[in-house]
Amino acid sequence: MQEQPILSVRDLRTYFFLDEGIVRAVDGVSFEVRAGEVVGLVGESGCGKSVTGKSILRIVEPPGRVVGGEILYRPQKVSIQKAQQANGFVDLAKLDPMGREMRSIRGAEIALIPQEPMASFSPVHTIGFQLVEAIRLHQAVDEEEARLIALERLREVGVPSPEQRFHAYSWELSGGLRQRAIIAMALACNPALLIADEPTTAIDVTTQAQVLNLLRSLQRERRMAIIFITHDLGVIAQVASYVVVMYLGCVVERGPVEDIFHSPQHPYTQALLRSIPSLRTPPRSFLPAIEGSIPHPFNRPPGCPFHPRCRSFMPGTCDRQQPTLQPVQGLQWASCFLLHPAPQGR
Amino acid sequence: MPAGTMAQDEKPLLEVRSLKKYFPLRKGFFRRLIGQIRAVDDVSFAIYEGETLGLVGESGCGKTTTARCILRAIDPTAGQILFRTAAGDVVDVATLSEDELRPLRREMQMIFQDPYASLNPRMNLLDIVSEPLIVIEGIKSREERVQRVAQMLEMVGLRPEYMLRYPHAFSGGQRQRIVIARALVLHPRLVVADEPVSALDVSVRAQVLNLMLRLQQELSLTYLFVSHDLSVVKHICNRVAVMYVGKLVELAPTEELFARPLHPYTEALMAAVPIPDPRIRSAMLPLEGEVPNPANPPSGCYFHPRCRYSQPLCREQAPPLQEAQPGHLAACHFAGQLSLRGVSP
Repeated sequence: MQEQPILSVRDLRTYFFLDEGIVRAVDGVSFEVRAGEVVGLVGESGCGKSVTGKSILRIVEPPGRVVGGEILYRPQKVSIQKAQQANGFVDLAKLDPMGREMRSIRGAEIALIPQEPMASFSPVHTIGFQLVEAIRLHQAVDEEEARLIALERLREVGVPSPEQRFHAYSWELSGGLRQRAIIAMALACNPALLIADEPTTAIDVTTQAQVLNLLRSLQRERRMAIIFITHDLGVIAQVASYVVVMYLGCVVERGPVEDIFHSPQHPYTQALLRSIPSLRTPPRSFLPAIEGSIPHPFNRPPGCPFHPRCRSFMPGTCDRQQPTLQPVQGLQWASCFLLHPAPQGR
Repeated sequence: MPAGTMAQDEKPLLEVRSLKKYFPLRKGFFRRLIGQIRAVDDVSFAIYEGETLGLVGESGCGKTTTARCILRAIDPTAGQILFRTAAGDVVDVATLSEDELRPLRREMQMIFQDPYASLNPRMNLLDIVSEPLIVIEGIKSREERVQRVAQMLEMVGLRPEYMLRYPHAFSGGQRQRIVIARALVLHPRLVVADEPVSALDVSVRAQVLNLMLRLQQELSLTYLFVSHDLSVVKHICNRVAVMYVGKLVELAPTEELFARPLHPYTEALMAAVPIPDPRIRSAMLPLEGEVPNPANPPSGCYFHPRCRYSQPLCREQAPPLQEAQPGHLAACHFAGQLSLRGVSP
């Protein structure tokens, strides 16, 4: 028995309209997020994982646009006009990205930890100023109250002597501290859903372990839902409870983290897990690599996006029809004709 | 000789002795010298023919600076870099002049981290890969260049027909193959690879690692493999050296290092690597604090403020890098006395 999701993404499509053609960055992505759950979006570059995160927040930059699908979100505290709602859900895909509703959700309900902490802070304002600004935007508090909340957030994320850091500029902080400050910023308004876009990619392993532990404990304390976007399967295994594997804008497989890592069903997931060097693989052996490279977004293969690199490729099927995501076992879904034979006739 | 085997009894191909590289720290209008950043501080190690030595550490630990000093891309402040040439002479790379270095360039080459930044977008593959042939070997005939480049491209798994294409037409993994082809076209003996797979996608990383292993066997190459990624280092190296704030803290054969680390930093570094298995979760044990500033390092052992096993002695005296067990060097006062956790195979 599963509780109701707070976010349900259904058949999301986000395309980029370039002079050279249309890039289908996200092409029919569906998944759900429940309160207190960490959903890992994993995939290689160009798979659309970051664009999915940006689409949910409606911050896809032009020429990109959400062109289809639904992003059903159940607001936890912000009140949205009745007209926009259905069964307590708001379809974020239908809201005006610059509109009042979307702006009241962004930051307060759904917050983002961006990939590059250096580029995300203003270099000409102090950390404290930016935190207070974010808090006062969404909460009716005065300057002093906002300052206390900001200090509390900095303390929560483990910034030593927050009173001093409050007056520091982002470039005065080390990589690890800057990442903590960004997390404090994202948590400023107690969001119900946090989108963490490669939050540890730019930092060292020992700092990464600190940040991951911090996120894990914050998530547990606040029963916050997190969408954790990363290309690192090790990180996903450590933090996620449910995993969505993406390839070229599509979800190829999704399921509970145990199933994804111990009984992967889709050939891409299987191959990807086999190909990573781990501290546990025998040294100086040849890795079972995936042949070929990720196709250029303009040359998307017809049919299953993975078929040109797939070892179980079935000519006539995989290159003609696109498989759909279907249940395999329990909560695990995969999109492959090996698991669900293609419908006969065309 | 068979590649991939260790030949400790042989003379080293490269021996680095007390290598130092200090960067001046200047301030103000007159660029007054206010201090020095000890990027590489008294580092010594040897690389034997046919082996892969890994150099690991976090950003700012001096691993790339060490690699660049060895190739004399930058000039070291002090120390010796003894290289045994194909002719059998031992030369000190650190003291050679530009002209004297030129013949050595053929024997030592580099593979760079970012294949998007290290290829000139205005040159086609033929020009990129054959440039070392023109500069070092003085080959002028186009036919000969075409032939050598075709051979090289085939070796790294690219089709020779692509020779007249430009880098933009290739994916990250293919570009890294081009970078490897350019580095190997002169048939070097030592290849310094600085984070060669860090910029690549997971599915392509394995291809490039396999390629590097295969080429090492075919061409009997010796690699110095610089990386921050312990999983990759464990996968490809025979021996591993761990650096922290400009110093080597541990050096051992790969399996020995990972199974029985002797330095607490190595233990912490390994514990921080996320294991791609959700069943082993609690293992991640973060190291408190941050890497110290190399311009103002702590007293004694540089690692003591973050070390779980720190004793008063560690604050006062810097431990030397010593052989704690045969072939296993560690710079810790208590090497061998602590029971440190490695990675079970």
